Order: sequence, then C-alpha cells, then structure tokens
Amino acid sequence: MIRDVEVLVIGGGPAGLCAAQAAAGAGAHVLILERDDVPGGQLVKQTHKFFGSERQYAGDRGIFIGQMLVEEMTNHPNVEIMTDTTVLGIYEDGVVTALKDEQHLKFRPKKIIVATGAAEKFLTFPNNDLPGIYGAGAVQTLMNVGGVKPADKVIMVGAGNIGLIVSYQMLQAGVDVVCVVEAAPNIGGFLVHASKLRRAGVPICTGWTVKEAYGDGKLEGVVLCRLDEKWQPIEGTEIKVACDTLCLAVGLTPLAELCWQAGCHMEFIRELSGHVPVTDENLMTSVEGIYAAGDVSGIEEASSAMVEGRLAGYAVAVSLGYDVERAQKEVEAARAELVELRSGPMGGKIRAGLAKVAEKRGGASC
Amino acid sequence: MLIKDGIPTKEDLAAVLPSEERLAKGPVAITECFQNIACNPCVAACPQHAISMEPDINATPKVDPDKCIGCRLCVKACPGLAIFVVDMSRPEDKALVTIPFEFLPVPQKGQLVCGLNRAGEEQGWFKVTQAVSGGKKNMTWMLTLEVPKELAMEVRNIKVGGYRDGE
Ligand SMILES: Cc1cc2nc3c(=O)[nH]c(=O)nc-3n(C[C@H](O)[C@H](O)[C@H](O)COP(=O)(O)OP(=O)(O)OC[C@H]3O[C@@H](n4cnc5c(N)ncnc54)[C@H](O)[C@@H]3O)c2cc1C
Ligand code: SF4
Ligand code: SF4
Repeated sequence: MIRDVEVLVIGGGPAGLCAAQAAAGAGAHVLILERDDVPGGQLVKQTHKFFGSERQYAGDRGIFIGQMLVEEMTNHPNVEIMTDTTVLGIYEDGVVTALKDEQHLKFRPKKIIVATGAAEKFLTFPNNDLPGIYGAGAVQTLMNVGGVKPADKVIMVGAGNIGLIVSYQMLQAGVDVVCVVEAAPNIGGFLVHASKLRRAGVPICTGWTVKEAYGDGKLEGVVLCRLDEKWQPIEGTEIKVACDTLCLAVGLTPLAELCWQAGCHMEFIRELSGHVPVTDENLMTSVEGIYAAGDVSGIEEASSAMVEGRLAGYAVAVSLGYDVERAQKEVEAARAELVELRSGPMGGKIRAGLAKVAEKRGGASC
Repeated sequence: MLIKDGIPTKEDLAAVLPSEERLAKGPVAITECFQNIACNPCVAACPQHAISMEPDINATPKVDPDKCIGCRLCVKACPGLAIFVVDMSRPEDKALVTIPFEFLPVPQKGQLVCGLNRAGEEQGWFKVTQAVSGGKKNMTWMLTLEVPKELAMEVRNIKVGGYRDGE
C-alpha cells in the first residue's frame, strides 16, 4: 500500500523540525520520518549553550531547543512524526520507501524535504581499529544521552568546534582530557571554546597529529608527532602518550545518499565538506519538488540548519499554495537571516562554497 | 597566542580592559571574546544596554564601562563563558572576580577553592563570597571569588572539587 503524503520531511533534526514547523504553520500536512528512536538530530546531545542571535534561540542549550521544537511538532495537528523509521530510497516515480520495525513502507509525497544531516569522518593511521577509538559523536551520545562516563583518560583529535565542545563535555563528565591534538597550525573552532578548555588545564596542541595507536587488544596509548608547514611529520618529535580512549573529531560530511539516488544534480564542493545537492534560492534541488536543508547540503551549524529548514518549509508552502503572501515574506526573511549569519569571517568558507554551488547551477546564491 | 593555544595575550586583553579609574569605582564586565563570530546573547542580556556590537552580529562585543553596573546578567547569558565581572572598588587589598561555572560539585558560599588562570595554572586558594545559579534552563553558575587585587586579572577559573571549608 502506498500512503499519500503532502509534505514528507526526511530527518527530524533542527533542519527537518523547522521545515515542518514552517510548512505546517502555513497550513500544509507534514510527515517527518526519523531513523532514530527520538527526534531532535544532533540537538539531543548538545548540552552547551548555542551561539547566534535570538531568532535562532542563542544562549539556550541545544538540548532544550530540540525539546522545544519536538514538543511543538508533536502537538501540532498538521504534523506526524514517525521515529525508528529509516528512509531507504527516493525513486523516479516519486515513491519513497522506508523501513520501520522490519516492515517496508511506501509513501507518495507531493513535496520532499531532505534533512538527513551529516556523518562523521574517520582518520587513517596504524591500529585505528583498536577498541577505544571512537568518533566524537558516539562519545557525546554515550555521555549526554546514555549518561555513561565514556572514558577515564582521553586524547581528542581535532580542535574544531566539535572537538573543543566534546572535550569540555567530557571534563564535565569527570573524564581526564590529556590534550587536544590539531594538525592545522591554528585552532579551527571558536576561540571562546578553546579558552574555556585551556583555563581548565587542557593543552591544545596545534601542528600535531596522531602517528599511530598501540595496545594489546585495546587502546593503551598513542604516538603523537609534530607536523611541519607542509603537514609532513617531523622526525624525532614522536612522543608516546598513554590513554584508554582516542576521540576523533576530524569533520563531518553530508549524508546525501538519498539525493544521489533521487537523481539530483550533485557536486563535490570542498568548502561544504563533500558531495552536496545543487539547490536554488528556495533550496530546491535539480529534481522538481525535492528540497534539501541543513547539513545535508553543506556542513554548517544548527543555527543555519534551522533557518534553512524554515526557508525550505515556507518555500514548499508557497509552491503548494498555502498562505502564499505570508509564506513568501517568511522565505525572504529567512534568506536575509542566512546572509547575516554567514556574513562574518567564520562564514567565509560557507560563502565560498555556496558561490560555487550557484555557479554550477548558473544563478545567484541565496 | 590565542589562535594557537587558546590563551589570550596581554595585547588581546589590553583592548577590553576598563581603565583603572573605572575599575576602582565598582564592578564592571570584561568580555574576553576576541573573534568575529555570529553571536550576540550578551547584547540582548544587558538591561543597561551597555554592550554593543558594530556594525553587526559578527563584530566583537564592546562594553561601555560608564553604562555597565556589574549586574552579571551577561555572565550567565554568554554561551562562550567569556564574560567576567571584576570589582576593584573595595578599600582592602582584595578584589571580587565573578566567573561563569558549569561543573559539579558547585562550591558553596564561604568555601575555599583553588583558583586557576587562563592557562589552567593554580593561583592559590580563594574564598567564594557568592554562588548564584543561572536558573533551571540556563544552568550556568556565577561564582564570585575574593582574590588579592594583583590577581584580579589572572584568576578566571577554579579547580573542580576538593573545596575546603573556610574559617
Ligand atoms: C558536538 C557538536 C556540537 C555542535 N555545536 C553546535 C553549536 O554550538 N551551535 C550550532 O549552531 N551548531 C552546533 N553543531 C552543529 C549542529 O548540531 C548541526 O549543524 C545540526 O544539527 C545540523 O542539523 P540537521 O538537521 O541538518 O542535521 P542533524 O541534526 O544531523 O539531523 C539529521 C537527522 O536525520 C536523521 N536521518 C538521517 N538519515 C536518515 C534516513 N535515511 N531516514 C530517516 N532519518 C534519517 C538523523 O537520524 C538525524 O536525526 C554541533 C554539532 C556537534 C556534532
Ligand atoms: S554586568 Fe550587567 S550591566 Fe554590565 S554589561 Fe553585563 S549585563 Fe550589562
Ligand atoms: S555572548 Fe559571549 S561569546 Fe557571544 S559575542 Fe557575547 S561575549 Fe562573545
């Protein structure tokens, strides 16, 4: 049996929830499919206060922003959320298939908003398969969702925001964070995050990397070494550091398989951290009726993911003829908000990436 | 250097420190936020409109020391835990430093805690004169420490746990 759906949102993270909020707010009927057992995406484990401005709930803790959005969508008469439901494919005839409780489900949506987020990257070095080496996201979930102290003594790889934030949250959980190792010459994450780790006594070692891990059956320590300006290991700088856990926070890459499969025009854009669907100023992909919002169309932040979700949701409402005048105004407001969020030096990479997307499409970027 | 190791330099700090005359007058906020990031809860939190950002949200915050009354609302609002309030107005040789704090256990008023500087190095034991919760949703505590005046611009954190009961 194929179920007809007006707006199908794939992924219940900040982008998907805000897309649903916008589309349903304008009058459309929305179904959100989320593969996890709870909606909220990355927000369910973000115990820190968020940046941005009031419109993106800055100053509030990510976890509370998630709870607030989930509660609002759960109680919305026009929105249904199905959890434990993994979308498997988007087919040419517009049918979407999903798996729930070992059952195959089929949907025929009028509009699709893909908001599947991102996957963690890994790092290659000898013995990187030893038990005790994890992605930062897994550690954060264990700790902040599962309530489990994930390690006794940990080394973090990566001084981007995720590495810095998860290190700080491990300190809060009582873990001994030996150091943060960063291959780049400079700290990539927000310096206020770096400073608060540093004044808690955690050294941040820029220009260093992991050469190899060692241990008998499980991780017992790592060999770190310095890098020169050309990112080559400097011989003789190796040091052995004991730890029971190595945490990798070396970046995310868009989880865009569904867009590939749907036949969307995809491009590799380095600044957006991988292959992304080429979207227009309404965040519609090259396939009519399929939109992409949030990290799936370029790794950025929850603040911008929420605004992108809102933009896509209202654009869908306009295309379906719901509350057109107000929805169109909201689309424009969201575009302006994104421009503001991305206007600073930290937004430089995203701006460059989006400019490339616009070039590939042959139009102006939003 | 800040961008290499997370420790602000003397030059970084010089740009945000209020004048000695202002410091001597009473509590005042110091924003140790030196990077252009899209963030402005500090501006929104200040009831005195003492914090500004020009031209937009990506600018670093500027405190107008003449408008700031040292109320500490920005301390708990800041997601970067980058704002401190320093009070050098007391006649004795002690200053009061208010820091944001997000660890357990939270020290109690009257207890002695080990103070740390911006590099996490121990600076001595200081009395907590106030421990104020930011509330159920905010969850950031504001701890006020009594420190020798010469350490008022050094102490920016405390060691978690091992608190001693004061006299
Ligand atoms: C440690 C850490 C700290 C961060 N701190 C901040 C911060 O302070 N401020 C900030 O603005 N941002 C922060 N971010 C970034 C922010 O969390 C992400 O940018 C944001 O969550 C992206 O939102 P999204 O909705 O696109 O993706 P996600 O939050 O990843 O949500 C995607 C959802 O889609 C679901 N999904 C994926 N595939 C399928 C499928 N096939 N079928 C069904 N469901 C699927 C996933 O389960 C997930 O729930 C942080 C991220 C991390 C990891
Ligand atoms: S301490 Fe109070 S008055 Fe001063 S800047 Fe902060 S919020 Fe404003
Ligand atoms: S709220 Fe904190 S981190 Fe954000 S701009 Fe103000 S001082 Fe900087």
